[in-house]
Amino acid sequence: MFGTIRALGATVLTLAGVAAVLLPSAARAQQQPAPAAAPAANTVEAIRSRGTLLCGVNTGLAGFSAPDAQGQYRGFDVDFCHAVAAALLGDPGKVRFVRTTTQNRFTALQSGEVDILSRNTTWSFSRDTALGFDFPAITFYDGQGFMVRADSGVTRGSELNGATVCVQPGTTTEQNLADWARANSIQIQPVVIERLEEVTGAFFAGRCDVFTTDISGLAATRAAQGPRGEQYRILEDVISKEPLGPVVRQGDPRFRDIVAWTHFAMVAAEEFGITQQNVEQMAQNDPRPEVQRLLGRTGELGQMLGLPNDWAVKVIKAVGNYGEAFQRNLGPLGIQRGPNRLWTQGGLQYAPPFR
Amino acid sequence: MSDATTDDPRHLRAPPRRPIRLSWSDERVRGLVWQVLVVGVVVAIVWWLVRNTAHNLEVRRIATGFGFLGREAGLPIGEHVIDYSPTDTYARALLVGVLNTLKVSVIGIVLATIIGTAIGIARLSRNWLLARLASVYVEVIRDLPLLLQLLFWYTILQGLPGPRQALNPVDGVYLSNRGLKLPWIEWQGAHTAALLALLAGVAGAWLYARWARARQMADGRPRRVWPAAVLLVVGLPLAVWAAMGAPWTVDRPVLRGFNFTGGLTVSPEFFALLVGLVTYTAAFIAEIVRAGILAVNQGQWEAAQALGLRHGQVLRLIVLPQALRVIVPPMTSQYLNLTKNSSLAVAIGYQDIVSIANTTLNQTGQAIEGIAIIMAVYLTISLSISAFMNWYNARIALVER
Repeated sequence: MFGTIRALGATVLTLAGVAAVLLPSAARAQQQPAPAAAPAANTVEAIRSRGTLLCGVNTGLAGFSAPDAQGQYRGFDVDFCHAVAAALLGDPGKVRFVRTTTQNRFTALQSGEVDILSRNTTWSFSRDTALGFDFPAITFYDGQGFMVRADSGVTRGSELNGATVCVQPGTTTEQNLADWARANSIQIQPVVIERLEEVTGAFFAGRCDVFTTDISGLAATRAAQGPRGEQYRILEDVISKEPLGPVVRQGDPRFRDIVAWTHFAMVAAEEFGITQQNVEQMAQNDPRPEVQRLLGRTGELGQMLGLPNDWAVKVIKAVGNYGEAFQRNLGPLGIQRGPNRLWTQGGLQYAPPFR
Repeated sequence: MSDATTDDPRHLRAPPRRPIRLSWSDERVRGLVWQVLVVGVVVAIVWWLVRNTAHNLEVRRIATGFGFLGREAGLPIGEHVIDYSPTDTYARALLVGVLNTLKVSVIGIVLATIIGTAIGIARLSRNWLLARLASVYVEVIRDLPLLLQLLFWYTILQGLPGPRQALNPVDGVYLSNRGLKLPWIEWQGAHTAALLALLAGVAGAWLYARWARARQMADGRPRRVWPAAVLLVVGLPLAVWAAMGAPWTVDRPVLRGFNFTGGLTVSPEFFALLVGLVTYTAAFIAEIVRAGILAVNQGQWEAAQALGLRHGQVLRLIVLPQALRVIVPPMTSQYLNLTKNSSLAVAIGYQDIVSIANTTLNQTGQAIEGIAIIMAVYLTISLSISAFMNWYNARIALVER
């Protein structure tokens, strides 16, 4: 109930975002008449002087971003913001989480309401080019799939002709579904509901035969059902590529670099066997040169980013390496590493060298 | 008043012209200065907003303009009055949204008026039980937020059994959590012709009634209107339909695969929205109707009865014309409310203009254009309703002298 009221609040927030584009940077725009100077170009200074990172997260998606019993946000996307705060401000706790829906998230970022969007957002061409955003890294390789009732007897996507499909609007999911149906000459009847809670509610009430979203989201939704989740089956069909990751405003290369290399530091840490437990010890006495550079014992890598040299130590102390963050948040939901394994183990997670 | 005074030649003379002095003490100069100032400030604010927005959008490299309307939308829409597929353009998708909004608004306004009037009259009934029930209805419904009621109806409809265990109250009619499935005739040319004949019949009946009334004014004899009216409204379409071969193929819903195919579908989303809007608005309309009837003095009834008019005639000729004068203006507000409240559809998944425009602005990233489209649509619909109701109000207004 309150959820829906919040969903309507989301529309209001969109309007507010529009107003924000219209109004607040007006003064700045007039101080800097040269159009080449982007108004958001100093995100890092803005975050430092504010003392907190403003992070846009999902309103509630188990494993990625959902409030726990104490009302604290927990999840994979949430941890990434803690990691960025640890790198930039030296304290993983200095984050304020802003709840965003699929519909208002981009306006929130465009208007400067958040510094970074860590909200299972798919990197796509049009978002990268026309929306004025940058996608610094891919933190989770996902793909869109289908969930059906186990007793429906459906085992493949091609059997879904005539099915009613529950889907959230304002996402790539909606377009992927339409494209897939057209490509396979399958007739589907969409039921489009904005909020995750209501769209899954409609699916579990039997309004739809199929619920479609990213497979990680399907697994999280199913896990949230508890023992009842066993009555539902996730089909093996993957109908799209969904590279998920953080999003920042375009035109601020320094902040973009910090976000990208925070992720790479976590991936590299897993590759080198650096964990939350042993990071300080390894910073002291690991002999490998790249580990020493990563953890700031030698070289000046931190300063090149405009950060203290022990920035990566703080990141890993805060959230662990990539594998630890993954297992802690997504392991309990039964989500496999799959393509998110390290490149050394046949996956796609790969960090450029630290030198 | 003006008619009486213009005959007086003294009033035809223009007042003596005063030369305009460029002085602050001249009232006309002061007025002019203030008006120029206010208009200037408004124009400056608007210009500043537009320029600033354009600048900010450019700096943030956000695309602007309405060019996206011609691009392929690629978004699926469950309910559409006109043909639509995801390969159509954004413009057509938005048109589908507008038509969905109009569909629920028009049907909602008609039903809310009928139900609201009935409840308003019931609340004045001498039958104690009926009057109490109507009171309870009004007090309960209008005190609960509409959004809550919409979710209530939608949740109830989701509690219906699945399509395989669908309720089947009458042969060919199925009620399940996929909606209400009804048999429907296969639409052919003859049906369109019959529909046009029906419209022509209604127009003819109206003209006939006008003529009969004019004749009654001339010779004082009342004429029976209804036999001719029935013939025109019912007989004419039937005759046209029969003349064109009386096609009658019923398309019945059949359970095939996941769901029913064929027949007419009333989706749970549309039905929940319609029921929610109608019951909510009807409670307000009931109060307006009650107030309107109570506003007519009891003496009017008694005087009319003393003239020997029958009960129906009293209501039609004496009471309603006076009551409508009170009823119509607040009724306009209720119609506008119902139309605007239909935007709550996003909460329960009915794809109205807000839902589709939201998706559009999300896929294109052009929020300002998307919101502007939503505002333009609601403004157009609301102004149209207002214009019609004002015209109607002027028509039924008592001629006062």
